[in-house]
Amino acid sequence: MATEEMEQLVRRDYKEGFVTDIESETVPPGLDESTIAFISNKKGEPDWMLQWRLDAYHQWLKMKSPSWAHLDYPPIDYQAISYYSAPKRPEDMPQSLDEVDPKLLETYEKLGIPLHERAALAGVAVDAVFDSVSVTTTFKKELGEAGVIFCSISDAIRDYPELIKQYLGTVVPVADNYFAALNSAVFTDGSFVFVPEGVTCPMELSTYFRINAANTGQFERTLIICESRAQVSYLEGCTAPMRDENQLHAAVVELVALEDAYIKYSTVQNWYPGDENGIGGIYNFVTKRGDCRGDRSRISWTQVETGSAITWKYPSCVLRGKESVGEFYSVAVTNGRQQADTGTKMIHIGEGTRSYIVSKGISAGRSDQSYRGLVKIGPRAKGARNFTQCDSLLIGDTSGAHTFPYQEIGNSTATVEHEATTSKIGEDQLFYCRSRGISEEDAVSMIVNGFCKDVFQELPMEFAVEAEALLNVTLEGAVG
Amino acid sequence: MLEVKDLHVTVEKKEILKGLNLTIKAGEVHAIMGPNGAGKSTLSAVIAGKEGYEVTSGSITFEGQDVLEMEIEERAQAGLLLGFQYPVEIPGVKNIYLLKAALNAQRAARGEGDIPAPEFMKLVKEKIAQMQMDPSFLQRAVNEGFSGGEKKRNEILQMLVLQPKLAMLDEIDSGLDIDAMRVVADGVNSLRDSKRAILLVTHYQRLLDYIVPDKVHVLMDGRIVKSGDAELAKELEVQGYEDIVEEPAA
Ligand SMILES: Nc1ncnc2c1ncn2[C@@H]1O[C@H](COP(=O)(O)OP(=O)(O)OP(=O)(O)O)[C@@H](O)[C@H]1O
Ligand SMILES: [Mg+2]
Repeated sequence: MATEEMEQLVRRDYKEGFVTDIESETVPPGLDESTIAFISNKKGEPDWMLQWRLDAYHQWLKMKSPSWAHLDYPPIDYQAISYYSAPKRPEDMPQSLDEVDPKLLETYEKLGIPLHERAALAGVAVDAVFDSVSVTTTFKKELGEAGVIFCSISDAIRDYPELIKQYLGTVVPVADNYFAALNSAVFTDGSFVFVPEGVTCPMELSTYFRINAANTGQFERTLIICESRAQVSYLEGCTAPMRDENQLHAAVVELVALEDAYIKYSTVQNWYPGDENGIGGIYNFVTKRGDCRGDRSRISWTQVETGSAITWKYPSCVLRGKESVGEFYSVAVTNGRQQADTGTKMIHIGEGTRSYIVSKGISAGRSDQSYRGLVKIGPRAKGARNFTQCDSLLIGDTSGAHTFPYQEIGNSTATVEHEATTSKIGEDQLFYCRSRGISEEDAVSMIVNGFCKDVFQELPMEFAVEAEALLNVTLEGAVG
Repeated sequence: MLEVKDLHVTVEKKEILKGLNLTIKAGEVHAIMGPNGAGKSTLSAVIAGKEGYEVTSGSITFEGQDVLEMEIEERAQAGLLLGFQYPVEIPGVKNIYLLKAALNAQRAARGEGDIPAPEFMKLVKEKIAQMQMDPSFLQRAVNEGFSGGEKKRNEILQMLVLQPKLAMLDEIDSGLDIDAMRVVADGVNSLRDSKRAILLVTHYQRLLDYIVPDKVHVLMDGRIVKSGDAELAKELEVQGYEDIVEEPAA
């Protein structure tokens, strides 16, 4: 097939591109101490939280935006961003779906994720974040009976200050990196999960993020704690409406797993990638880190990334506990002018720790994708093992894929294996499928889905279905 | 059913087919033989629609339709099937998934709905038993890690499920052990009926002992230089290509 046709095939309209005009209460653009005080005040936060934010802000002022990632984007004007936006009536927030603004429900309809149906059908508790305020939380009762806390981070700061003080910023320190510091200063919402000792969370937890007010950066903060022998599976999904200006998203996710705990964190991310020239897409700078604090604990990151103009994201695991396990399964699809610099870091500290990395990159159009993986094995991590499998699939002749594996091995008993492949989507495979009567479009999606299978099978069932659908939409084009 | 007229095909500026003529009628089995590099695979690939081949002149029609105007998948939907000399591997795509997608795509093109799951399972079970393949092949990725002979059986399995009107089987016998040859041949023969046709590309008489062709053609240097009945293949085996062509036409 001609390259040109291939490119046509992967070009598609962004289906989630629409804007809901719910009135927002937005602060004027700009960032200084008073903005932070405003946010903290709006959230009804205690003074220690405000001080924590201000500390982060002061550290941020001294830091520089990272320049080493394989990305190219105009400098972000942090004074042009508005740092707070909330639906107009925070005091009479809906207690059930019936009370939710119908326009918002309509938005979910358009996204193809009718909230109530999904929640009911899949038995998933949904803490839907719309702009920066939690709109609705369901299944709270069932979770409460199990002793699981699942609420917005703002509620947690108010209701569980001791847990917040004990854990917030202990995985991703305030000054960890530029975007984490910014997030610590201005985060407006996000989720908090606490699973007490010995409890397996009775349902999968999911949150849908959505950015909707013009020029509003969104700064989510998520904190998940599993005590000894506790388990949870958390699902995060994102979509965003079409925009003219780039939107900054700088989230921080912190996971803490104590002895024998297991946290599975899955993401399907579908933010607006910009038009064919990359205009209007989301800038996604995320710090995600899991801390395997307890012996034999396990943290697993699974992600499917199809959106954003620019993605900068390295979900990582710090393997502190003996025989703890870190996993990273990733599918990243880029097309148009999208740029993605993703990967993971596995920091082996404890004895007998293991990590497993499977990364599948698909680049189409004129997009550019880098995988950056760091495997660091400390001197005490005797017998640590890592296996990395990193595959890139190119569609057309103008896309790029780069792999940067970094290894720091401080210990001769460690085993580190790395396998990498780069292939072009097989003309022969396409011909084979089409010669069986399967359309070009379906053949492409079949082959790409096959390529991603090792990762998809790690996703929770209903997410896997959604991920495949999303991949098909992403690669949908002008054919037929 | 299939009519190839004065077909000229160029690959990478090199003319491979140089005025090829071939007519296949419903109910017939044709065999094409010829030396390596003569253009046999090229012919079947061009009929199936593989890109990279430039048809500089001539025509191909299938049941009156201009094949050269059709997309690859449209040709398959019209009832053409190419059994590959070298079937490709498709990692992560289950064999059964490909079968189902292909069958449903062809049904959709005929205006039929998706095959109901139980009916599909029944069909596939029957065909895989016929091919004496282990059902576990259905759950494996398409051709991935299959042995040479298993790939060929898998091609015939697809053919049996899809029931094409014209099956073009490119060296379906290569890499097969003697038992597998019989299984494959039986599979092909089971498709034979008055409404279908089969085009075999082969180097060996042995296959033609099992699937007796109505016509045998010798393809050399981009043309069909000699045609005959099943006897021709036997003569070829004894005399080789050069001598056969030099003999004055009988
Ligand atoms: N993509 C290509 N680029 C260059 N030459 C090609 C290409 N495809 C085919 N050819 C050439 O065309 C000629 C015919 O090839 P083809 O595969 O049709 O032969 P064949 O008759 O099937 O041979 P065999 O019996 O070995 O299978 C060969 O010389 C081959 O090298
Ligand atoms: Mg050949």
